[in-house]
Amino acid sequence: MLSNSSGILRILFFLPALLLVVVFVFYPAIHTVCTSFFTPDGKFAPLSSYAAALGRREVKAALIHNFVWIAIHLPVTLLGGLVLAVLLMHVKGRNFIRPMIVLGMVTPTAVGGLIVRFIFDRRLGIVPAFLTLFGVSPKSWISYPETALFALILGSVWLWTGFSFILHLAGLQTIPRDYYDAAKVDGATPWRSFFAITLPLLRPVTLVVAVLTIIWELKTFALVYTATMGGPGVATNVLALQMFTDAFQRFDFNSGSVVATLLLILVMVFAIPLIWRSAR
Amino acid sequence: MRKALSVAVIHLIAWAIGLMWMIPFLGLLMTSIRPFSEISHGWWSIKPFTLTIGNYVRAWNLPGAPLREGLVNSLIITIPATVASVFLASLAGYGFARFRFRMQKYFFVAIVLLLALPPQIVGIPVFSLLKQMKLLNTHLGTIAIHTAWGIPWLIFFLRNYFSTLPIEVEEAARVDGASDFTVFYRIILPMSIPALISATVLQFIWTWNDLFFSLITLFSPEKMTAIQRLPLMKERFLEDWELLSAASVIVSLVPISVFSFLQKYYVKGMTAWIGK
Repeated sequence: MLSNSSGILRILFFLPALLLVVVFVFYPAIHTVCTSFFTPDGKFAPLSSYAAALGRREVKAALIHNFVWIAIHLPVTLLGGLVLAVLLMHVKGRNFIRPMIVLGMVTPTAVGGLIVRFIFDRRLGIVPAFLTLFGVSPKSWISYPETALFALILGSVWLWTGFSFILHLAGLQTIPRDYYDAAKVDGATPWRSFFAITLPLLRPVTLVVAVLTIIWELKTFALVYTATMGGPGVATNVLALQMFTDAFQRFDFNSGSVVATLLLILVMVFAIPLIWRSAR
Repeated sequence: MRKALSVAVIHLIAWAIGLMWMIPFLGLLMTSIRPFSEISHGWWSIKPFTLTIGNYVRAWNLPGAPLREGLVNSLIITIPATVASVFLASLAGYGFARFRFRMQKYFFVAIVLLLALPPQIVGIPVFSLLKQMKLLNTHLGTIAIHTAWGIPWLIFFLRNYFSTLPIEVEEAARVDGASDFTVFYRIILPMSIPALISATVLQFIWTWNDLFFSLITLFSPEKMTAIQRLPLMKERFLEDWELLSAASVIVSLVPISVFSFLQKYYVKGMTAWIGK
């Protein structure tokens, strides 16, 4: 039915997109991974380059901060988004409140960095001002190593909870009303319905949100870049920022590649199972 | 009675959280429209309240680095990068949805896998590549990397949408002798307008908001994007919140407006992950 030439012409559907992706994404990614195996003077020494990178204080700090980020941000946004979705399912005025929660998702993360500086500022910030009501003397959170990372993580909760919210809300809307009606007839309380119907049926959604959230957390860059540049000291350093400082401020492409590859490995551990599942 | 009470409590909590979520942005907005002397003890004290656009005028025309210039650059980069990537990805997405070839599944998974990559993994080679192509520090170079970077997700999203379209219309057109491209252009694209809008909205917002690729490809002040200027302003005018708040509001207003007008499409795109 199809003419012979159509097989070849069909390649044209893929060619332009493929060309761009291979040149600017696929090949560069492979190149970075390969570069990471070499020392600056061109010796193939994968073990020692990785050992050297992991031995550096700022890289270790970045790794730890990425994990601390996940440990706090993941449960808070996951649960926060779920609770908000359930809460805003039927509330009056939901069409006004829902976009407010999503606002953080469309705000540039670089602006998010300035917002973190702003709301935790000693004089102008609403959080320190609020805490003075409880007798805490105001200070700029991002200027102190013990509070800076926490302030950034809270800022990223504001930016990202909208994601968990939108997806859980979409998930909720697929659950048939009848289930709840039937449960009510059987005398189930709203709490019981939540744990017996809502939560189990939302499980696949929650799983997807969790994986994509971890990937987003690992990639955190612009927020830290604008807010603190990793400081004070290395108190808020993260891997993505460390790659930038290594590669584009110290122009050490080898250690930049090692840090980028470490980040890639962490991201792929979570991304591969998800994509294998949803792309087939 | 108890039911009415719990409904009221739920409303109260929902509204309180919604309003609380606005506080960071409200703070920036309040600071940006008032002289600094009024907000130096907190933007929430509203006596006195003097409205001014002075901060916006200053940010807009900032000597040496006017934000106006940055916004123009951001548009020059974002619009072509969005149009090109959505168009190219829709072609490839259609191919993945309808054409059958060997190893197709693995090929598709491999491309989709690229959507998870951290930008840092391509940073150094992209920098060297653009340098060799004499495209470093040009808008064209930045457009190229953004176009390529958006394609994997867009292919994933559009292919999934195209697969849901009824195949009968296409088959009828083919019987009438329409070529693959005619079918794509005349039948598929018009039927996919909602998905194409979702794709455009998301790619536009992502490209507009990006910082990393601009940082590694654009160095001359007059070529920098709007987003890129924010950290620079912070360095130069440390804690000058009149300027920083006005600039932040201006830069955010573009993606926020796109989102407000096309909310439905934004949400459709975002929830694509749980579509199956």
